Amino acid sequence: MNKLRLILILFAAFLAVFWEAAFPGTSRWLKAQVDLLPALMVFASLSVNLPGVIALAVCGGLFFDSLSANPLGISILPLFTVGFLIFIRRELILRDQAYAQFFLGLAASAVAPLLSVLLLLTGGHQLLLGWGSLWQWFVMSAGGAISTPILFFVFDWCERAFGPSRVTESSFRPDREIRRGRN
Amino acid sequence: MKKSHYIALGLVALLVLVVLNLPARTAARLKLAVGSLFLPLFGLASASQQAAGKTADTLTPRGELERQNEALRRENQMLRAQELQHADLAKENERLRALVNWQRRAPWKLKLARVVLRDPANWWRTVQIDAGSRDGVRENMPVLTAEGLVGRVQSVSLTRAQVVLVGDPNCKVSARVRETRDDGIVAAGGPFDSSLVEFTHLERGANLKAGQNVETSGMGGIFTNGIPIGKIVDVRPAQFGLYTEARVKLNANLAGLDEVFVMIP
Repeated sequence: MNKLRLILILFAAFLAVFWEAAFPGTSRWLKAQVDLLPALMVFASLSVNLPGVIALAVCGGLFFDSLSANPLGISILPLFTVGFLIFIRRELILRDQAYAQFFLGLAASAVAPLLSVLLLLTGGHQLLLGWGSLWQWFVMSAGGAISTPILFFVFDWCERAFGPSRVTESSFRPDREIRRGRN
Repeated sequence: MKKSHYIALGLVALLVLVVLNLPARTAARLKLAVGSLFLPLFGLASASQQAAGKTADTLTPRGELERQNEALRRENQMLRAQELQHADLAKENERLRALVNWQRRAPWKLKLARVVLRDPANWWRTVQIDAGSRDGVRENMPVLTAEGLVGRVQSVSLTRAQVVLVGDPNCKVSARVRETRDDGIVAAGGPFDSSLVEFTHLERGANLKAGQNVETSGMGGIFTNGIPIGKIVDVRPAQFGLYTEARVKLNANLAGLDEVFVMIP
């Protein structure tokens, strides 16, 4: 189940990056492109093991940077930082609650681009930043927040559809049966 | 934190350091290799866009199509008349250049390309086009539309090229005001509005007005002179009056780029 989940997550990361680059719908209407990778990272850090989180950070980061003007590899660290912070606290997080998913998505989508920009500025790159970047940051955070519960729903549905069905345990146990009457 | 967590952190940090410090050529090849994984999806995206276009064509009423056809026919006739006039002017220009021993201006060679991807990061303004080194595209070639300058080629692979658009901090253009011949630099715009860019380092007291045309000056060695860029929107003094700055509205619609021309020398 864990492997299927990881494969689905990596495939989703691949499609998400392509969608962001090929269909600039939100960037035309809202003047900012929503990044789905932090939302995916929230799902991965609550659903797969640490190697899975690393795999998503590395593959997602490389996919993103390959279609962007970013230096290759710069997006890996922000994604991994977000995933790692959630992963080490995942026992304390109410994974199945939509509001928890929403706020985790909001935080992840706010932190990841901020870290990327900080890394790029530290590397001496000139970026397109200004007051409008605050709006873009808001759109990215809000978009990530909204898409996180949706991603959880879609992945749960995919696992139910493609994964092996769970064996339901009946409450009936023959050794606990109360036999009435004599004998 | 467990020991495995520290190991994971160290591994990722090491991997990032290694990838970021790869030689530029190796990093470019790796980027290209990872980017080529998306090749099968390019066809899918273009097919879906074509299907959407065909559906829109089918839904356009006949009357509207006839009206468009008539408008295009008129425009075509007008352009033919202008072409005749321009051919005369070109001959005259060539003759006069020969008289004063001036070098003949080479005509622009344009390669049509389709915009296939936009930068997914909000802090860059780049696009990818479906023409690469096999089509004769090289780094730093100017990219334009019929309306005006779009940007320059930043990097090239065999089948694709990345174009950095005007308004990105990495695409500065030496420009001049057509009416007053004042020179300056078209620099980055804001992240919000891709149609507005800053026109800086103009001479103090330059006689600039809204509506004047800005075009490439030919200095800097990348963009040939005379490519239209846009129109001045407003003018203000900068750096305590040391020089003048203006905002320029670009002629080309960078937010809705579908097809562009790469200018091949």
